[in-house]
Amino acid sequence: MKTVTLTVKQAPELYLECENITPDTFAGKKADEIAQLPAYQGKEDTTLGEYFTIAGEAGATAAETQIILKGDCSKMKYIGIKMTAGEVIVNSSTDMYTGGWMKGGKLVVKGDVHSFCGLGMEGGEFIIEGNAGNYLGASYRGDWRGMQGGIIRVKGNVGSDICTFMNGGELIVEGNADVHIATHAEGGKIVIKGNVNRRVGGQMVKGEVIVFGKIGLMMPGYKYTKDVDLEVDGTKANFAEYVGDLGERHPKRKGEPVYGKIFLKK
Amino acid sequence: MSEYIIRNGHVFDPVQGIKGDKKDIAVKDGKIVETSALSASAKQIDAKGKSIMAGAMEVHAHVAGPKVNLGRWYRPEDKLFDSHKTPGMTRIEGGKSIPTVFKTGYSYARMGYTFAMEAAMPPLYARHVHEEIHDTPIIDEAALPVFGNNWFMLEYLKNHEIENNAAYVAWTLNQTKGYGIKIVNPGGTEAWAWGLNCLTVNDPVPYFEITPAEIIKGLIETNEYLGLPHSIHIHGNNLGNPGNYNVTLDTLKLVEGYKAKNNFGRKQVMHATHVQFHAYGGDNWGNFESKAKEIMDYVNMEKSITMDTGNVTLDETTTMTADGPFEHHLGGLNHLKWANVDVELETAAGVVPYIYSPNITVCGIQWAIGLELALYAKDPMRCFITTDHPNAGPFTRYPRVIKWLMSKKARDAQIKAFKNSDKVVAATNIATMDREITLYELAAMTRAGPAASLGLGKDYGGLKPGMNADIAIYNINPDNMPSDPEEIEKAFSGVAYLFKDGKICVKDGTVVDNGNKRTFWVDVKVKPNKQVAHDVKEKFLKYYSVNEGNYPVPDSFAPHPYVIAVDATQ
Ligand SMILES: [Zn+2]
Ligand SMILES: [Zn+2]
Repeated sequence: MKTVTLTVKQAPELYLECENITPDTFAGKKADEIAQLPAYQGKEDTTLGEYFTIAGEAGATAAETQIILKGDCSKMKYIGIKMTAGEVIVNSSTDMYTGGWMKGGKLVVKGDVHSFCGLGMEGGEFIIEGNAGNYLGASYRGDWRGMQGGIIRVKGNVGSDICTFMNGGELIVEGNADVHIATHAEGGKIVIKGNVNRRVGGQMVKGEVIVFGKIGLMMPGYKYTKDVDLEVDGTKANFAEYVGDLGERHPKRKGEPVYGKIFLKK
Repeated sequence: MSEYIIRNGHVFDPVQGIKGDKKDIAVKDGKIVETSALSASAKQIDAKGKSIMAGAMEVHAHVAGPKVNLGRWYRPEDKLFDSHKTPGMTRIEGGKSIPTVFKTGYSYARMGYTFAMEAAMPPLYARHVHEEIHDTPIIDEAALPVFGNNWFMLEYLKNHEIENNAAYVAWTLNQTKGYGIKIVNPGGTEAWAWGLNCLTVNDPVPYFEITPAEIIKGLIETNEYLGLPHSIHIHGNNLGNPGNYNVTLDTLKLVEGYKAKNNFGRKQVMHATHVQFHAYGGDNWGNFESKAKEIMDYVNMEKSITMDTGNVTLDETTTMTADGPFEHHLGGLNHLKWANVDVELETAAGVVPYIYSPNITVCGIQWAIGLELALYAKDPMRCFITTDHPNAGPFTRYPRVIKWLMSKKARDAQIKAFKNSDKVVAATNIATMDREITLYELAAMTRAGPAASLGLGKDYGGLKPGMNADIAIYNINPDNMPSDPEEIEKAFSGVAYLFKDGKICVKDGTVVDNGNKRTFWVDVKVKPNKQVAHDVKEKFLKYYSVNEGNYPVPDSFAPHPYVIAVDATQ
């Protein structure tokens, strides 16, 4: 694996659209070619080279390419978007749409990510060492294709509306979450180690939400069924199982309706 | 204005019967002229090895107005990643199935189109339709107001008051700056307001006690009484359901006994639109099959009908129609999202996203049916290519549809690519059809035919001296047709040149001029009619949410009109 290091030399005045910072786009390119890749700031067409000092070179393919970002990237959007393989490590916080529509590879953000990150993710691993904003792992506005595969792990807290329209994959939040978890979900699994404010699984058709802490208020569309023992992310515990959202349509399997499930640690 | 002489190109023009002969085309003051009329200063365009046709004419698409905009509002995902401006004079182009007005104009022009008909204008929201038409660059446009569920019409035709209905239609065309009579699910959309639908031509409309057949015949009589340039333009009952081809045949047969009466050279009394959605056999989605042949056997024989295909392009798209009950039904099938608008006394509209997936057998069969219709057509002057944009796919896929029509090899490759190709083949005839549409037939299906059907054949759809200089030049050489069908798609995706009103608007697939777009509408003069004037006044007082004075589209909304005057006072 070859490494390209991008060091911020100039903070953008507005926000920089970094959809070209992915192993897929970098693959096969040398530092000077990478510097020429376009990056919009507002409506202005600039290049990565104007904002980053670029060292090293990319591997022949995305899988053989590692990208390391140094300096303050908190005004950089779209880092790692649609990446299919390889590795991106960001040593700071990032702005919106980081890791959107990821298909593979590994993306690590050592700080916080803003909202709309990991949208529609299909595969790969996305690790956020700080906090995440709203709409993590959700669908794009209006779309019905939220997170579909892969794994997102957040060491800190997350905002609201996480995994709206989730269809698959897994999100692990080690801290707390705000309102609206897995709204409209039709699959996938969300683990929250801390507490959730409220509104978990509204209009959820299918999928699982596992909460280790407290849920501020359980939605009225959920019904307690039984207690179950589960092993979740390496921890064994006893959980109360709820099914719902009872007001939503549900597919049938072998004549029985399939519900969304909330597991609340006892 | 500039003069041009286009030399050495292969000309395809059904208006003059020119089938690919090399012929020089002369352009002066926005018109095609005899080469002898040019001065020495005429600019030369070398079209050696290229094909020349008139500008293409879109006969049916949903490209402007409240329904299209509702799609844009509630489908932001349709223009995801489209926020960047490309170099050149064009503005940002957003949207795939529901493009912005700018992308709409540019995209049609790049493919060689110079005219598009907005297929369903709700009269009450005609101002919005015209605002969008005005903002769509390059191409000429017109809009068809919808009448098939309108309360005035239902009441007049229930009593067979053709003269009153005609006066009302003339009034509405004038108020809305409309082009002709559109009918969508006659009676069914009104029935839906009562929780019902009209699934055959004989299902009565609740309260109004009239059947779809009576509505359709009454509107044919109205249309011919007025002598409008276009015929009635109909989306029939029971769209999109297995087994609906019988209802379609019942609808088509309603033309029997009627003759076109007009001064525009139009021969048909009915234009049946997006017939693909109406040519289904079977009685459920499991035994769903093509009835394209049964439909085309009738259309080929009955010369009073023109039609368009509604080709499925196998894309993610946005369905939108004044057929409110159908969209509600579709939303229940695919569980994506559903939006609906009711338009007071006039109509309704629904919008639902849809994915025509090559992995779903039904979508494959729909794809085949659309192509079969065109391949069975004996008279290309009466069968036009559409995608019912965006219902069966975005209009930007015309080059791909043309590739499938012109190349059996391309069709076979697509059949092979279907997940359940054996099931698609078993339910259709497409695999056995060898016909490949020629460039000459294509010129009929996309130019001369639509122009004649719209009553515009005198000035549009051909390259005869005296006609409007709307000209598309394609990088395709009939003497050396590409063996790779992808080359056909590429050639029709970006013209070498597009002349609009004698001005070069697209060169090498790139927009270079915004042209002088115009809005076509039909101004019909009828005898003063006290009854209709009274009824209009009464309905506005009693029911409409707007005042009669706020209803008409002011001239400022269509500042570049092309008004077709019709005198129906005789
Ligand atoms: Zn329609
Ligand atoms: Zn339509």
